[in-house]
Amino acid sequence: MAADFSFNRLPCNERAEVEITIEGHKVIALEGETVAAAVMHSGLRPTRTTAVSGTGRAPYCMMGVCFECLMNIDGKPNTQACMTEVSEGMVITVQQGAREIGGDRL
Amino acid sequence: MTESVRLNRGSSDVAVIGGGLVGLCIALGIQKQGQQVTVYDEGDVALRASRGNFGLVWVQGKGDNLPEYARITRLSAQLWAGLADDLTQHTGIDIQLQQRGGLFVCLSESELQKRQVILEQMAIEHPEGYPYEVLDLQQLREMIPDIGPEVAGATWGPEDGHVNPLYLMRALVARFESLGGKLVNAGRVSNIIPQQGQFVLQTEQGDFSCNKVVLAAGLGNKELGPMVGIDAPVFPNRGQVLIAERVRPFLHYPTGHVRQTEEGTVQCGDSKEDVGFDTGTTTEVLAQIAQRATTMFPLLKEVNLIRSWGALRIMTPDGNPIYQQSKQYPGAYLVTCHSGVTLAAAHAGPIADWISTGSADSAIDLEKFHGSRFQL
Repeated sequence: MAADFSFNRLPCNERAEVEITIEGHKVIALEGETVAAAVMHSGLRPTRTTAVSGTGRAPYCMMGVCFECLMNIDGKPNTQACMTEVSEGMVITVQQGAREIGGDRL
Repeated sequence: MTESVRLNRGSSDVAVIGGGLVGLCIALGIQKQGQQVTVYDEGDVALRASRGNFGLVWVQGKGDNLPEYARITRLSAQLWAGLADDLTQHTGIDIQLQQRGGLFVCLSESELQKRQVILEQMAIEHPEGYPYEVLDLQQLREMIPDIGPEVAGATWGPEDGHVNPLYLMRALVARFESLGGKLVNAGRVSNIIPQQGQFVLQTEQGDFSCNKVVLAAGLGNKELGPMVGIDAPVFPNRGQVLIAERVRPFLHYPTGHVRQTEEGTVQCGDSKEDVGFDTGTTTEVLAQIAQRATTMFPLLKEVNLIRSWGALRIMTPDGNPIYQQSKQYPGAYLVTCHSGVTLAAAHAGPIADWISTGSADSAIDLEKFHGSRFQL
């Protein structure tokens, strides 16, 4: 997973580094960033596949409206990556199709 | 004036007022008979129960106070597969009809018992047979492993099913127009003037004439009916609907309160409120809907809710449909019901035939649905 240099961090006040795991890869993000920003910078595509046709998707509106950025974050499926701030040790995986429910039985 | 209105100006054999599921099904059925049908739709300001409904093709328990309603409901359920095939074959739209049976889940023993009494009584009233089963929690769990432990049981109706009502609307419009039917968004029909055996419809876009007129305007029938001598005392009854995100399939049969669509969306509903023409939602009722849904299916506690809405059922005082031709102005018909999805196949079939030929299918005694039953 190569970093995607079409998404560059703009200069900002100094922030602490946060280590997260995206699809099994350790990635350094900055405190205060959203998961969506971190996965876009990491180069991960797609970040989910759709529930009906399985088509690839990636973050789009970045403001909590379009729901294209749904990912599995710390075991919670269909979480809006653009509305979730990164935190140390966070584990993020691609949301594959429709989410599971009733975890015990599946 | 839009192009379509200008092209459609003039007269038609049959005018249908109301472009919802009821109006479109009847229009399609009559158009198939070779008569020129025009549907006059109010436009997007309309209340549109056809867009807000729950999508059930539902038989069990319907018509407990009028056996003829149970009969036309079952007839429609039997004709549904043919309607779906016809629509899909000619429009390419899969309306997602499933008729594998449906469940009415009961949370308490007394609710289950009441339900059982209703269905037992209906079986007595229908010597031709009225199929249903009463399931205890254990039997229910065999069908739906994720059913909640606090559920008492369910009644099973093998003829029940569901459909995607939005695809159904789209397919009906496409099929109707492909046969030469005309759909006109002419705004509200403000007046119907019977004139020498014909009818003139006054709309915001001008006047239109027709030989026969079918009132399928939902709650609008209350005002329109008396213009052709038919009393239709319909009133709104609000249902709120709660939509959860798409999840992996867990519910293979529709229930009266919760269903899962083919795409995985979970739809919860079946509230009933008398609040006039207010199509809004309230936290209190949505919370009750969510509470009941999560008691029935505890795994739903995890899911995210994404939408909710309110929609108005078109109710009559006894809850049963009105099918009536005007005595005063023959050629004017009124149709109203609160189950435009379930009855779609009956409307596109025998009801459309009754209107186009003037004689009713002997399988259904339409006199039983006469609006005069409300004049006490």
